[in-house]
Amino acid sequence: MTLTLRALLGASVAAGLSTAALAETITIATVNNGDMIRMQGLTSEFTAANPGITVEWVTLEENVLRQKVTTDIATKGGQFDIMTIGTYEVPIWGKQGWLVSLNDLPAEYDIDDLLPAIRGGLTVDGNLYAAPFYGESSMVMYRTDLMEKAGLTMPEAPTWADIKAAAAAMTDKENEVYGICLRGKAGWGENMAFLTAMSNSYGARWFDMDWKPQFDGAAWKATLTDYLDMMNNYGPPGASNNGFNENLALFQQGKCGMWIDATVAASFVTGADSTVADKVGFALAPDNGLGRRSNWLWAWSLAIPAGTQKEASAKKFVEWATSKAYLELVASKEGWANVPPGTRTSLYENPEYAKIPFAKMTLDSINSADPTNPAVDPVPYVGVQFVAIPEFQGLATAVGQQFSAALAGTTTLEDALKNAQDLATREMTKAGYIK
Amino acid sequence: MPDMTRKTTSARKATVTALAWTVGFLIFFPVLWTILTSFKTEGEAIAAPPSFLFFDWTVENYLTVNERSDYPRHFWNSVVISVGSTLLGVLIAIPAAWSLAFVPGRRTRDVLMWMLSTKMMPAVGVLVPMYLIFRDTGLLDTKTGLVGVLTLVNLPIIVWMLYTYFKEIPAEILEAARMDGASLRSEITYVLAPMAVPGIASTILLNIILAWNEAFWTLNLAAAKAAPLTAFIASYSSPEGLFYAKLSAASTMAIAPILILGWFSQKQLVRGLTFGAVK
Repeated sequence: MTLTLRALLGASVAAGLSTAALAETITIATVNNGDMIRMQGLTSEFTAANPGITVEWVTLEENVLRQKVTTDIATKGGQFDIMTIGTYEVPIWGKQGWLVSLNDLPAEYDIDDLLPAIRGGLTVDGNLYAAPFYGESSMVMYRTDLMEKAGLTMPEAPTWADIKAAAAAMTDKENEVYGICLRGKAGWGENMAFLTAMSNSYGARWFDMDWKPQFDGAAWKATLTDYLDMMNNYGPPGASNNGFNENLALFQQGKCGMWIDATVAASFVTGADSTVADKVGFALAPDNGLGRRSNWLWAWSLAIPAGTQKEASAKKFVEWATSKAYLELVASKEGWANVPPGTRTSLYENPEYAKIPFAKMTLDSINSADPTNPAVDPVPYVGVQFVAIPEFQGLATAVGQQFSAALAGTTTLEDALKNAQDLATREMTKAGYIK
Repeated sequence: MPDMTRKTTSARKATVTALAWTVGFLIFFPVLWTILTSFKTEGEAIAAPPSFLFFDWTVENYLTVNERSDYPRHFWNSVVISVGSTLLGVLIAIPAAWSLAFVPGRRTRDVLMWMLSTKMMPAVGVLVPMYLIFRDTGLLDTKTGLVGVLTLVNLPIIVWMLYTYFKEIPAEILEAARMDGASLRSEITYVLAPMAVPGIASTILLNIILAWNEAFWTLNLAAAKAAPLTAFIASYSSPEGLFYAKLSAASTMAIAPILILGWFSQKQLVRGLTFGAVK
């Protein structure tokens, strides 16, 4: 009797110990965006299918997150098993050997189903270093009612001349309607994301093949001239302080005729908080007939830092969250409109998803961006609206301050470009790119 | 004539009072606006012109925030970190301030300035070395680690504040205690400390507030387990998406405890802060 009891006790302790040893907690750092919050909400689906794994979330604002995960990965701090990072970090970190390669994901994951433009931005030397969770580009969102009133129609693939004409026609400052709303707030991910993408369509580039800055060229001058001209004549007041959220608020309140920004905005401007939800049309980001459009490419992706003790569990999560099955799971719970967009070809072949008004435009926008060959002329870097080098964050923010000042009228266009050229030359020489 | 004087005085008093209320209101306004916004829908939060009081009040944001985040855990971490670091700091600072105030040497002023100068360095300058130390000692994402670092960060302020209060206490009283045979320990415990209670109390209160609001180290050295309310707020901010109402609700929940603490202890705070101010 006692023996049986003892054996039973022993067995239960052993069982308890083995479950404890199997249970593994993975810590995931992510940003506070709608799609990520939804993923967080679906964690129980993952843990139900993977009983040995528990998940701990660290959700942070984008800039705080970037500083934190960069510190952690650079020092091999090991606080996170999965990090949410963007197309800017992946090429840099991958080259440093900081990330676990995801080439060995199982066949049913169907790696070839990932959109080529997105996959290209996350691959270094043939290794996929992050799995895309959602992809975005930028496009034109415009007010169909105001266009109609002005007697204009928006082409599906407009030129900058079309945009300028439409902005002039829709502007009605007395009624606080501004033809065009664009980012003006200084920052590498703020006005410089927009202006760098815009400059691609004007034939400009950040650096030539010898890493020499190009702000003294005619193409950058043309970019900035048109940008300032449109914003000063048809933009909202105080635009030099406007970022994504400010412009979103203006557009939702019916104060913008057009807004060129991230494709993810489409679901917001047509959502419940928007006063113009049923009057929004979409078009590709404009071009100038030079073979490059002014849209960017970004993908929030899940990456596993090299050196994590929990690589196998982390990989399981990454596979789950970026799989075809996850898209179906979200669709079954919250509808197709809430599925994270822009990562898989199969999603766009799905007839249900094709009914979403902005689905095709998002796909076309993503497909027309090429991070490995972003400008009209050849460039030595990867990235459409950024240059994937560690120095870019600081440099582009400094340049962004010059351009924001030009928009605010505290400096002239010529001075802003000259200062940008000087800043970039100094920084690139110091960093050893210019010999 | 005397009537005139009284009139000028009361008119002046009214002006000063009005001015004080205006300044007070201006300082309080951002907090009030945050609280008001937390009861709006996301749509109303960005409406222009904004509505001040007449909108559809809703507690939906609070429900969402509570559902999504573990408020009690963040709150408890904040309490442990701010109270722990302050008490530890005061324990170290009392003897330091005592020696600086009552046994000054030739270099006392320099020592004080040097201590304060550590506050002048931007924190991010030592982030990587600190991070490495924390990583190697296993202190990343632990409350112990954060208590330690916040003690160090706020120590100069605690020493300075206590030093200023101690300077106000006549050294003769301590001398008298010593002549009566009091040991150093009993001199500090029974003579100095009781006289400096208002000063010590306000130092503690102010430092709890500072530690509660500290957002650089708490965000960078903690991740999940030890994350205090600063991380709780940061998880509701977003550059792409309008979550102002939810962010305001999270902020209100994060500042409410410290606001209440400040409200109840304002007498102590004001007394302590003005103690020794008139020289």
